[in-house]
Amino acid sequence: MSNLIASTAPKARQLTHEEIHDIEHEKTHYPYAQAVGLEALKIVQKYQGWVSDESLLAVAEYLKLPPDELEGVATFFNMIFRRPVGKHVILLCDSVACWMLGCDNLKAHISSKLGIDYGQTTADNQFTLIPVPCLGDCDKAPTMMVGDKTYRNLTPARIDAILAECKAHG
Amino acid sequence: MAKITVDGKVFEVDPNNNLLQELLSHKQDLPYFCWHPSMGSVGSCRQCAVIEYANDDDQRGRQVMACMTSPREGARYSMDKAHQFRAQAIESIMTSHPHDCPVCEEGGECHLQDMTVMSGHTYRRYDGKKSTHNNQNLGPFIGHEMNRCITCYRCVRYYKDYAGGTDFSVQASHNHTYFGRFQDGSLESEFSGNLAEVCPTGVFTDKVFSKVYSRKWDLQSSPSVCAACGVGCNINPGERYGTLRRVVNRFNDEVNGYFLCDKGRFGTGYVNSAQRISVNMSRSAHDARPSEITPVDAKAKLLAMKGNAIGIGSPRASLEANYALRALVGKDNFYAGVSDVEFGLLNQVIDIYQNRPVHIASIKDIEKCDAILVLGEDVTNTAARIALALRQSVKNIGKEMAARIKLPMWQDAAIRTLAMDKKSPLYILSSHATRLDDIARQVHIGSAADSARIAFAVAHVLDSSAPAVTGLSDAEMALVNSIATDLKAAKHPLVVSGTSSLEPALLNAAANIATALGNGDQRGNLALCVPEANSLGLMLLMDGSQNSLGKAMQSGARQAIVLENDLYRRAPSATVDSFLSGLQQLAVLDHLQHRTGEAANLVLASGTFAETTGTFVNYEGRAQHFYATFKPVAAIQSSAKWLCDSEFGNEPRIHILTGGAAAILPNGYKLQKLTPGADWTFAGQRAPRQHHRYSGRTVMRAHLNVHEPKQEQDEDGLMNYSMEGVPATKDATIFNSPWAPGWNSNQSLFKFQKSAGGELKQGSHGERLFDENTGAKAWYAAVVQQAAISGFAQFPIYHLFGSEELTAQSEAIQAKATGAYVALNPADVARLGLGASDGVQVQHNGAVPYLARASITPGTVGISVGLHGLNYQNMTTAGVSLNKAANWQNPKDWRASNIIVSDAGSSSAYGRGTQG
Repeated sequence: MSNLIASTAPKARQLTHEEIHDIEHEKTHYPYAQAVGLEALKIVQKYQGWVSDESLLAVAEYLKLPPDELEGVATFFNMIFRRPVGKHVILLCDSVACWMLGCDNLKAHISSKLGIDYGQTTADNQFTLIPVPCLGDCDKAPTMMVGDKTYRNLTPARIDAILAECKAHG
Repeated sequence: MAKITVDGKVFEVDPNNNLLQELLSHKQDLPYFCWHPSMGSVGSCRQCAVIEYANDDDQRGRQVMACMTSPREGARYSMDKAHQFRAQAIESIMTSHPHDCPVCEEGGECHLQDMTVMSGHTYRRYDGKKSTHNNQNLGPFIGHEMNRCITCYRCVRYYKDYAGGTDFSVQASHNHTYFGRFQDGSLESEFSGNLAEVCPTGVFTDKVFSKVYSRKWDLQSSPSVCAACGVGCNINPGERYGTLRRVVNRFNDEVNGYFLCDKGRFGTGYVNSAQRISVNMSRSAHDARPSEITPVDAKAKLLAMKGNAIGIGSPRASLEANYALRALVGKDNFYAGVSDVEFGLLNQVIDIYQNRPVHIASIKDIEKCDAILVLGEDVTNTAARIALALRQSVKNIGKEMAARIKLPMWQDAAIRTLAMDKKSPLYILSSHATRLDDIARQVHIGSAADSARIAFAVAHVLDSSAPAVTGLSDAEMALVNSIATDLKAAKHPLVVSGTSSLEPALLNAAANIATALGNGDQRGNLALCVPEANSLGLMLLMDGSQNSLGKAMQSGARQAIVLENDLYRRAPSATVDSFLSGLQQLAVLDHLQHRTGEAANLVLASGTFAETTGTFVNYEGRAQHFYATFKPVAAIQSSAKWLCDSEFGNEPRIHILTGGAAAILPNGYKLQKLTPGADWTFAGQRAPRQHHRYSGRTVMRAHLNVHEPKQEQDEDGLMNYSMEGVPATKDATIFNSPWAPGWNSNQSLFKFQKSAGGELKQGSHGERLFDENTGAKAWYAAVVQQAAISGFAQFPIYHLFGSEELTAQSEAIQAKATGAYVALNPADVARLGLGASDGVQVQHNGAVPYLARASITPGTVGISVGLHGLNYQNMTTAGVSLNKAANWQNPKDWRASNIIVSDAGSSSAYGRGTQG
């Protein structure tokens, strides 16, 4: 049997100067370079939007970690995106308080407006919709995050405004 | 010991163990998944739940996991009261498990099946969707069916934590937890096959077996010993329809424990090879065509050579076969069938074991050691099971740290967290980077002679009466001092070396260090690896005779009997050519045809380890008995039986030959203890080789004849080739495979052990033939011969997959092997002007591909041993001239991607990054 990996198998890309700079900074907080794995993935995601195979291999090579081990970390945390996401990631809370206050309707609203279901990205790569178990904001339910901003006491109208604003500020 | 009460029954338990292990030791049926005797507890599967009561008044109790509980003196527990919880836990586990038992290879020996039945979950209420996963192609050895996974984490704990593999991990979480590689690809660990046994269900299965699958209960099995290297792991081969289907581990506390290497597990395909010599052939003249002859004629022709022929023995044939040959030709005409260099080295090993005050380390001993020096032996490739043991040795520092804070030894995850990246010291002196470098404190790359000088110096630092070495550099002295300091500070220091570097001084230096480590009654641990399954057995039969192969070839003999041996693998081709052409009559007994066999007038079909009964002596001088698994076709006989003349009654029972060998071997009387005796019966019956559920016996030949033939007879006694007899349910040394009521998988083993995970009730199989030498310290002179070298200084490189003659003929091994090559430093590659796809002309010995390896010292060259395309025996000089080969094209069997190296900066297999 010849090599099982086809020649199209992903290869590590070059990390950017910014990524290396940030990873090096994180390294100063930990006793072993290997402990920086998760932070390095977050850094890559910050710059690239998501963690591709090529990025994951690059981080593994840089930190001298087996890619298999880093993949274990990357896939364990669902906020590390191992698939491309849109420019704006919508994290809609579907936990108990938000559910009682009608998050299902909000989800239906977003889906019909953007034409995407959970886990999908709009064709123009603007929005990705993902459910999230709790944002710790139950007294102001229903809630969601878009990017790193939290939105509270949501209504369909408010959502329309938020999405429009996101699009406008692109 | 502590007394506890479980459901009203009182048990005496060891409070240092966990409750699960102790209850299993008392043969209680408490379900479990994630616990494993070799890997301790993590408490992840929730199957071994029991109720623990606070005191006599406590009626309610609280639920605890038995595997995570230290039994308290006087405490009260209940297994019964947690029955319902366990059933629910397994019901939850089973929600995503497919109902594919009928097509699953694990079916019938599935721990999950057993536990499900035991826990009482018999009806599926869940009607939701099951999670499904993509399976990966994990290479030629291991099949992957992730949908069957119950997330017990045993695989990743075994592969990563226990065996040190880096190309396997647990991914994602909750109901899409995934165990596999980053990408599809052949598993790199040399111990990947154990996944099939560690996995409690059918996620990881033996891919080689899958192709010729048979249920466990339909396999005819016997206790056997691996013939693939000098370690002597105990195995259980299984046969159906006359072909060997698979090999699984057979527990031996002191040798292989629960694990085998992949060469042993997947390397037996040659037994079924189309290239097997399955008829006996003779020819009148060298150039005549051979013609088939009957077994009776074959034997007559062979015995007619008595009195005129010399005999050449074999390190891969049984003690009995070698003894029979020796008896046939006479002691003076019996020659060792190993290379002359190896002849000297093996005699040296015996001399050290017999005459030096050292402790010969078994694998169990090795796992206890807490400071190790590996001296010029690439153990992962020459004695793989020892490499796996060394990976456990370096974890002893964690156990020591745990003991200091009174953490129980079974707390697997806690101890790992405590130790972090701390490892007990292990030093490697080698001519190239090896697969153990990742656990080494320091690796020194240098010639075998350099390594020997450093090692002699270590012995001198440890004991100033040992001979000193001069002329070491400051860096070398610093290394010497840190090795000596760590070995001295250790409770159980160990030196591992062996014959594979072909350097006599290394063995002497290893002996000096082990001697120097002796202190009063305590002797330093020493393990010397030897090349083949019976290397030491053969050499012990030589009984001090100096009849090397070289002498045989100069003996002027006109007739020779060659036992299970291809002389072209033992001596330079030209020497063998001239020896063979001088012979009038050459008889070869072997399994597969080879160059020596092609030159023979008489070729006798001889049985492999799977078809014969006999004894091997392993690297530690442990004699171990193996029983034939099945009877081969009529033309194939065991070599031992072929070689017996009327003196032994032509076809004597094997124990008569064992007894003959016993008279020659040191402590030979111990060989009698290897079996319960040839006439052993239990309740008047022998033990069966076939499972009591063996099926199809009356119909398996129905397409040929509706009459059921008589069952094959085993003249050697003890075991039947049938289901008849009393299964040795209490004696694991003569059972076909482990089984106990309710426990169909190999997990049933605890029922045969004194305590769960410990020694078998009958003790550890095998008898160690060397008495521990308690004499005064004596030293070998620190002499290292340095030949003047012109050209590149050569050293041998071994491959687990491909270097050994027989396993290399197995399809599965070939898929992981490569053809011959040389390994060079990149600077030398440039110096020789080699392009990416150029070949290297190796003196006058033909051209081979090359591999650039950063760890190889410039000016030296590693030459593959035993791989197809280059005869290492032709490399007769210490220095070799290398040139760019003209008109080169890489041969088809050159598969660089199969070579996994750990050199920094070299490209590793499968396009992955390097890992130190």
